[in-house]
Amino acid sequence: MSGGVDSSTVAALLQRSGESVVGLTMQLWNQRRLPELASATASGRCCSLDDVYDARRVAERLAIPYYVVNFERDFEQQVVRPFIDEYLAGRTPIPCTLCNNFLKFDRFLDFAAGVGATRIATGHYARIGWHANAGRHQLLRGVDSAKDQTYFLFGLTQAQLARTMFPLGEYTKPRVRELARELGLEVAEKSDSQEICFVPNGDYAAFMSAYFREQGIEPPGARGEIVTADGRVLGRHEGIHNFTVGQRKGLGIATGEPLYVIATDAATQRVVVGRDPDLLRRRLSARQVNWISIAPPAGPLRAQVKIRNKHTAAAATVYPAPDADGVEIEFDQPQRAVTPGQAAVMYAGDVVLGGGWIE
Amino acid sequence: MDRFYFDHNATTPVSPEVLEALSGVLGEVYGNASSIHHYGQAAKQRLEQARREVAALLNADAGEIVFVSGGTEADNLAVLGVVRASGKPRKHVVTTAIEHPAVLNACAQLEREGVEVSYAAPDQVLRAIRPETVLVSVMHANNELGTLQPVAEIARIARQAGVLMHSDGVQAAGRIGVDVKALGVDLYSISGHKMYAPKGIGALYVRKGVELAPLMYGGHHERGLRAGTENVPGAVGLGRAAAWARENPATGLAALRDRLERGILERVPDTAVNGTGAPRVPNTTNIRFDGIDGEAMAIALDLRGFAVSGGAACSSGAVEPSHVLTAIGLTKEQARSSLRFSLGRGNDQSQVDALIEAVAAAAAHLRRLSPTYHA
Repeated sequence: MSGGVDSSTVAALLQRSGESVVGLTMQLWNQRRLPELASATASGRCCSLDDVYDARRVAERLAIPYYVVNFERDFEQQVVRPFIDEYLAGRTPIPCTLCNNFLKFDRFLDFAAGVGATRIATGHYARIGWHANAGRHQLLRGVDSAKDQTYFLFGLTQAQLARTMFPLGEYTKPRVRELARELGLEVAEKSDSQEICFVPNGDYAAFMSAYFREQGIEPPGARGEIVTADGRVLGRHEGIHNFTVGQRKGLGIATGEPLYVIATDAATQRVVVGRDPDLLRRRLSARQVNWISIAPPAGPLRAQVKIRNKHTAAAATVYPAPDADGVEIEFDQPQRAVTPGQAAVMYAGDVVLGGGWIE
Repeated sequence: MDRFYFDHNATTPVSPEVLEALSGVLGEVYGNASSIHHYGQAAKQRLEQARREVAALLNADAGEIVFVSGGTEADNLAVLGVVRASGKPRKHVVTTAIEHPAVLNACAQLEREGVEVSYAAPDQVLRAIRPETVLVSVMHANNELGTLQPVAEIARIARQAGVLMHSDGVQAAGRIGVDVKALGVDLYSISGHKMYAPKGIGALYVRKGVELAPLMYGGHHERGLRAGTENVPGAVGLGRAAAWARENPATGLAALRDRLERGILERVPDTAVNGTGAPRVPNTTNIRFDGIDGEAMAIALDLRGFAVSGGAACSSGAVEPSHVLTAIGLTKEQARSSLRFSLGRGNDQSQVDALIEAVAAAAAHLRRLSPTYHA
């Protein structure tokens, strides 16, 4: 229970349906750290005292046992540090997926089992189905396509799905707020949390600088060149971690036509820029592929593939690599800003087939 | 579900006789103990009666007892008060790594003010004393382990060296006999809510002649050491609790605690008692369970109706494992796999036996799921 409307409504719905419910809040990040990031506008950061207070109030109202459990150490090791390392390697990470894979549906699921829970329920907008013929649990998009969170859940395994419930997958967000109101939850009108819970105002570069200072780590500060694809130097930059593929703002270059980041290269510390059409790609490869709703396929298959959370899934052919760990994906139409570090998640309609990390 | 309380080192319930004493004053004795009229005098009378009872528990004189808001304030008044009242040009304090945060963080504040502080192991305290040392502070009974520190021995040497000695007796008073004169301490902290009085009241023993700077400024209450209208009901509660403790030594708890300890060690393999080899207060045991997350175990037991603690209540939710357990040589993993059971008046043999069963069941379940435990 994060103290937000979604997980609070989950707790209330389950309790109303007669389940024996225990509320748990994961304490993931100590908000007293990195004080220079604190500002009056930085509301909705994860694990604030206000959020824990709200979660506790909901549990109190529902008269369910409630505990705050500390996962700060794991969160830093499994999410925050890899998040930073990815940026330094010139990639654009998805910390929510790391958190789902290594904390929520791993350490936390085990913790919940340890205290006696048979399953965990979260406020994710996704559904879990059962495919009797295949004998497999399936991960399905939530009915609210605007809120669907399956993109972040592609790492889930059959064993994890068997012990997980996503009650909100059947509802739209407005309906969830209505339910929260009907259930008398004070958090019904609370605003949605921001995208990366531990990064205030989405300013990940400021977060990284503050973290380096706190840890006494010399900021990489590897300045480098901003170049065109054919090697023309247009300017200089303060570190490739400040750039992500598709980015237009913050290049500090005045040219006649808009320029976009089309690649970053950790080895040379170069940021490659180009025109909008230069961002288009037909092919990508993905590694560490997890097949969820189907067994690993033997040959090529057709799918709709999402390459970032806000991307509209596009038709593609998926070629499993011989080593089974990777896939090559060829889109029917070129896609804009294929970004290393993001995930390629493969769908058949509402069914999540699987996903992997873009190389 | 029946619920049983095994966390008396975190806090104790208000006992029936204290409740009765409180109800006698809360409604009727509302005068300000500093007022000259009948109402004030009635309050003053109850306050001083309570002071005599607390003094008797500690074998002190009534004039040596200062009522404060609790153990934290008593510790702060002792540590900050002694150092700030000292006229020495250079000041140094010796304490131990296993103190309660009330002492440790008061010392940290002194360090910010330019005072040197040595954090010694309990058996190394005497070596840390220097010419500029103004105070030694060593707790009497440790809150997490229940172990008793050699306070009398340290106090004797400190006195020879002309250094004042404070002891945090919050976990000792009411559990073992405390005689401040025999201990030879100059200052001694106690807390009401650890001995069946309410929260919000505590006391500091200040030996006659010891100079202290107050923490707060206001009226001349409590001999100028603690400004603020006296908490008469709280003091009466603490006084009644002190009188009861004097008449009812907690020695019987040792048999119950030993039964619990033996039962768990017999029923659950790969367990060990933390802090053995030292005398302990009779109500506390701290046990580690290899391969088990103490936080998960405490929650699992709570869901079965048993209240225990994964460490000090104050450090619950903290990232770092207990500073006490790591200070006595446990690894971080061992510290995280430890639980504290602290018994009190309400516990009996059948509760202890039920707790042993619940611990055995929870431990077996958690170990089946543990990635690090292999029988």
